[in-house]
Amino acid sequence: MPALTKSEMAERLFEELGLNKREAKEIVELFFEEIRSCLENNEQVKLSGFGNFDLRDKSQRPGRNPKTGEEIPISARRVVTFRPGQKLKARVEEYAGTEQQ
Amino acid sequence: MTKSELIETISARQSQLSSKDVELAVKTILEHMSQALSNGERIEIRGFGSFSLHYREPRRGRNPKTGDAVQLSGKYVPHFKPGKELRERVNMGLQMGL
Repeated sequence: MPALTKSEMAERLFEELGLNKREAKEIVELFFEEIRSCLENNEQVKLSGFGNFDLRDKSQRPGRNPKTGEEIPISARRVVTFRPGQKLKARVEEYAGTEQQ
Repeated sequence: MTKSELIETISARQSQLSSKDVELAVKTILEHMSQALSNGERIEIRGFGSFSLHYREPRRGRNPKTGDAVQLSGKYVPHFKPGKELRERVNMGLQMGL
């Protein structure tokens, strides 16, 4: 499966919007950095039409070292979850429809 | 933070582009990402995370109004896996009491 990366996103900003390559690269970097920095400050990010990045606090729970079987607690942590929006879900399902035939 | 707040924040962090240009850029990036996923393509952003599609098996569902059984076909749903830097920074926020 091919993958979309930052450099292709910057390339598209150059082609479609005429940003110069340095500006395009900088905007793509800022886009992801600002989302990270918001999540780091425990603030949800809502991108309508695409989806929401939510935060969940998990309490400590018992775990095990899968190799030795030794019991070690998994510490309390905060995790990011992504909930795709209706529009994105519908577009992705359409792909599934064509793929199944 | 909403999309318009993200646009404002990015505009404030750079000097060359107008907020109108930043708005177009943010919308273009999101559209590019949606297109990629709709075409069955993954997205890989180092330090942020990756988006891919997960398959959901066909299943029998029910019409919540009538209670009738309906056959739901298999489908793909978008999935996000946070990257190492994002995981660490978010978790650090918790340790710092945010």
